[in-house]
Amino acid sequence: MALDFGYGISKPRTIDLDRNEFYKGNAVLGKMPELQSCIGCGSCTATCTAGALTDFNFRRLHTLIRRGEFKGIYDEINKCMLCGKCRLTCPRGINTRGVVQLIKRNMGYLQPE
Amino acid sequence: MTKRILIIGGGIAGMRSAVSLADAGLHPVVIEREAVLGGKVRNWHALFPTFTPAAGIVEELRAAVAARGIEVLTGCTAVRFDARRVELADGRTIEGDAAILASGFTLFDAGIKEEYGYGLYEHVYTSADIERMLLAGTLPTVNGAAPRRIAFLHCVGSRDEKVCQKHCSRVCCITGVKQAMELKQRFPGAEIFNFYMDIRMFGPGYEELYREAQLRSNIHFIRGRISEAAPTFDGRIQIKAEDTLTGRPLRMSVDLLVLLVGMRANDDNAALAASAGLETAPSGFLAPRDLFLGNIRSSVEGIFYAGTITAPKTIGETLNEAVAAAEAVAAYLKNR
Ligand SMILES: Cc1cc2nc3c(=O)[nH]c(=O)nc-3n(C[C@H](O)[C@H](O)[C@H](O)COP(=O)(O)OP(=O)(O)OC[C@H]3O[C@@H](n4cnc5c(N)ncnc54)[C@H](O)[C@@H]3O)c2cc1C
Ligand code: SF4
Ligand code: SF4
Ligand code: SF4
Repeated sequence: MALDFGYGISKPRTIDLDRNEFYKGNAVLGKMPELQSCIGCGSCTATCTAGALTDFNFRRLHTLIRRGEFKGIYDEINKCMLCGKCRLTCPRGINTRGVVQLIKRNMGYLQPE
Repeated sequence: MTKRILIIGGGIAGMRSAVSLADAGLHPVVIEREAVLGGKVRNWHALFPTFTPAAGIVEELRAAVAARGIEVLTGCTAVRFDARRVELADGRTIEGDAAILASGFTLFDAGIKEEYGYGLYEHVYTSADIERMLLAGTLPTVNGAAPRRIAFLHCVGSRDEKVCQKHCSRVCCITGVKQAMELKQRFPGAEIFNFYMDIRMFGPGYEELYREAQLRSNIHFIRGRISEAAPTFDGRIQIKAEDTLTGRPLRMSVDLLVLLVGMRANDDNAALAASAGLETAPSGFLAPRDLFLGNIRSSVEGIFYAGTITAPKTIGETLNEAVAAAEAVAAYLKNR
């Protein structure tokens, strides 16, 4: 039996774009290229109903997806209540609620980690 | 006798002022260090935000200068001056009745930011290199093949206390957007990433071009400054940054790294200013009398400014100032 010293090698936090796969992010972007015009203003997160009650951060979530980072996405995206408030505020006119649905559709099969 | 106006610098600012002065019946003399007129714009390919060929603008101004028979002294470097005379490096003195300082700016030397490896690693270029390559029709390929990944870095030699360049150079953000689109058009298979601290799209059509770069060219904009670049064993360049919008460190390797170099003050600004009793701003550019009604005037009678001698500017802004400076000179000379 392996000895448990109470610590392990922590997983690197670095986003490694040489390793990350973009195809899932591209599956979202392909159907909604307007997401690429996000300017990171955070209005969607600021107005978000789910974000007011949990640590759900929609801006960060869809940015990570575009970087090919999917860990924990399934649990995260399920916090969204599909209320659509974010879409009313986005200055780039992105159908953010539609983005949530695309993420669910393209990543729903991922098992929660 | 026709009044003579000494114009130091035969870039677009100097040429445009000369044309207006000649049309006002005055006698401009353009003093240019290089062998030809045109300044930096000679080296640019297609201009933001409309991809207008730069050569057309330089040619039109040169033709206007030639058509008016304007006196041009090329290969002449001004070393000292005041409102009535310009001393050249070869010892000659040119006399006149008023002066316009239009000696422009200097490109930041990217080699000073050693951490980005310009001049050390292959495939690290500046935005000026990219313009020259596009102009010459030679593309930055990697061993003859199209690059698969390209990174642009904004603010190289601008907004950086470490290299004593605190100001924003203004044109490099939009140049980065434009060049990213141009490289995407030539290398459709390439993924392009622009690393920025802030995106500054101040001009007409600039924000629209930025959005087009995102939507149509699928350029990835990552907010975070590259901290260092290092060569990989397979001849690529590894870069590190923070993806500040996700709060995570990020790294990747790219085939090309393009440094968007800033516009800095000329080295000889201090000497020219001292000889004429002019003031320089903390940035090293010349300080106009004020930023409003006196923006093309100096604090010395009979000396005027046009273009990027006072701060980074676009071509349109430079040309407007050149016309305004010519008008101010004509008004000044009328009363003498
Ligand atoms: C990479 C890059 C891309 C750009 N692209 C665009 C673009 O697409 N669109 C746009 O609007 N703007 C663009 N710009 C900005 C544009 O280059 C400037 O607005 C323009 O060059 C300013 O003209 P100028 O006459 O003030 O200065 P300069 O072009 O610097 O001309 C100054 C002239 O003075 C001469 N000179 C200097 N010192 C002396 C001396 N002591 N004695 C005699 N002569 C002297 C120089 O040789 C030069 O010919 C770009 C800038 C950069 C850095
Ligand atoms: S639709 Fe979802 S992400 Fe948008 S505001 Fe509502 S809960 Fe937040
Ligand atoms: S509101 Fe729109 S532009 Fe702003 S962060 Fe959200 S998706 Fe991006
Ligand atoms: S225009 Fe953009 S790239 Fe250039 S110095 Fe300003 S913020 Fe940096």
